[in-house]
Amino acid sequence: MAAARLRVEAAGPLTTLQDAGRRGWMRFGVSRSGPVDSLAFRAALAAVGADADAGVAIELSMGGIVLTCVEGAVGFALTGPGFAAELDGVSLGCWAAGSVTAGQRLVVRATAGNWGYLAFAGASEVLRWLGRAATHAASGLGAGAMTAGRLLRLEGCRMLPARGLPMPGDAAAITTVRAVLGPQERFFSAADVARLTRDGFRTTPSMDRMGLVLEGSSLVPARLDMPSEPIVFGNLQVDGAGRITLLLADHQTSGGYPRIATLLARDAERVAQLPAGAEFRIVLVTAAEAVAIARAEAGRQRAWLAQVADAETLEARLMGQNLITARVDEDW
Amino acid sequence: MTDWPLFRAVGEAALLVELGDRIDDAVNRRILALDALVAQAMPGGVTELVPAYASLLLHFDPLVTDHAAVEQAVRSLVPRAVAGALQGRERVIPVRYNGPDLEAAAERLGLAPAELVARHLAGQYRVYMCGFAPGYAYLGTLDPALQLPRKLEIVRDVPAGSLIIAGAQCIVTTQTMPTGWWAIGRSDAILFDPGLTEPFLLAPGDRVRFVDESDGVRLVAEGG
Repeated sequence: MAAARLRVEAAGPLTTLQDAGRRGWMRFGVSRSGPVDSLAFRAALAAVGADADAGVAIELSMGGIVLTCVEGAVGFALTGPGFAAELDGVSLGCWAAGSVTAGQRLVVRATAGNWGYLAFAGASEVLRWLGRAATHAASGLGAGAMTAGRLLRLEGCRMLPARGLPMPGDAAAITTVRAVLGPQERFFSAADVARLTRDGFRTTPSMDRMGLVLEGSSLVPARLDMPSEPIVFGNLQVDGAGRITLLLADHQTSGGYPRIATLLARDAERVAQLPAGAEFRIVLVTAAEAVAIARAEAGRQRAWLAQVADAETLEARLMGQNLITARVDEDW
Repeated sequence: MTDWPLFRAVGEAALLVELGDRIDDAVNRRILALDALVAQAMPGGVTELVPAYASLLLHFDPLVTDHAAVEQAVRSLVPRAVAGALQGRERVIPVRYNGPDLEAAAERLGLAPAELVARHLAGQYRVYMCGFAPGYAYLGTLDPALQLPRKLEIVRDVPAGSLIIAGAQCIVTTQTMPTGWWAIGRSDAILFDPGLTEPFLLAPGDRVRFVDESDGVRLVAEGG
């Protein structure tokens, strides 16, 4: 089997290995972990032909990454808004696939988004915890952080032709965010609940894999006497001082601060990709509407991921972009 | 009057079932019973159950089921979720009562440190829920004579293995963390060992007894 080894020369903070996440352990205080932007993550896996559940990718932060291939050769795919690749100084652009061979240097820079994904067409030998590679941020358990000097060993490597990948139909910066009210909206005044959809919100630089602090609407819980309740990805939590946090992939599993609303998971991922200072509004949908939206979007995402897996040439990229432009107009 | 159970949608892929709105022994026993009943029935599309003090969260795959279907499945099980005997295991945790807040907590409670220790040792505890961080088990119920509000100041870098108390709860911490709870002791018990197939010493419903491992009482006497 063809093997390859890649060495991390430099990496931004919060750069970790992730798989789809660890399920079933929240009852013991272990969050799922896994990617912050699961759609971009699944695209990276699809592009290298990896399994959506078992596949592993590097989650990149704003600091990007510099890798040197020290042995062998392997195909790769880079996804995530604004994450651009350069191979030995030659730009491959964003949403791109290609191959890196021994002696070559792969540089990824973040030009817009916060979370990018770099997957390889080979099986990575990484540590697993509770059967999963996903890195649990607070403990570092799982496959762990990618820091300077670390070697990534890959087995069963395949090369991939250089090609562009189609971008998702919802690649544009999100400005209207859909949410389901609650589950703890009863801790807020009617005026606060009205402000939730009337006032805008703004992202801040204060973010990590646990959550993203927001500014904007002034919300304060009327009381703080709730027993600790379970937390989900996308919960909008407001603490006693009115600090609003969107909870993400490594959220604490439970907490006693009320969650006034819960963003639809894909919308929460898109908010997590916004630059600091970006503004958005929240619109409320019912639970039934949220399920209908999730089902409709899942169908579009499947179709797009099939394109990502199949797109073979640069010509296909151009065609893909034309298709995507049409899609964006339709607001998939 | 609130009519339990209450069902609350949590985004597009989860449903929260509430059987009460406060920390209460009987309510929590019903939650743990419901957790076991739902796990046994495992309605189609449900992917993960997370019990808490007075609520049970059900994660589900929205491509397979929805809030209404999951609610219907759970509603039929609620009448059977009674506050019966706990199915949990018995765990013994050795403690040294030498925490940095022992004296201050005792003074605030109007007790001698030795009496605080004796009362804490006499308590019968159980795990109400796990949450916040891996292996973190919320134990209750603390003797009313030992119940204190949180400290005004949060202390940083409280080491793993600290026995901390606040309100009706106590916890043996599993990681270094900031906390406003009162650190009254230390334990070498391994509550979380990531290398094990079953890494967690405590699960919801387990009963816990503390034993005085060393000389908490003597140390206190010397300190006094």
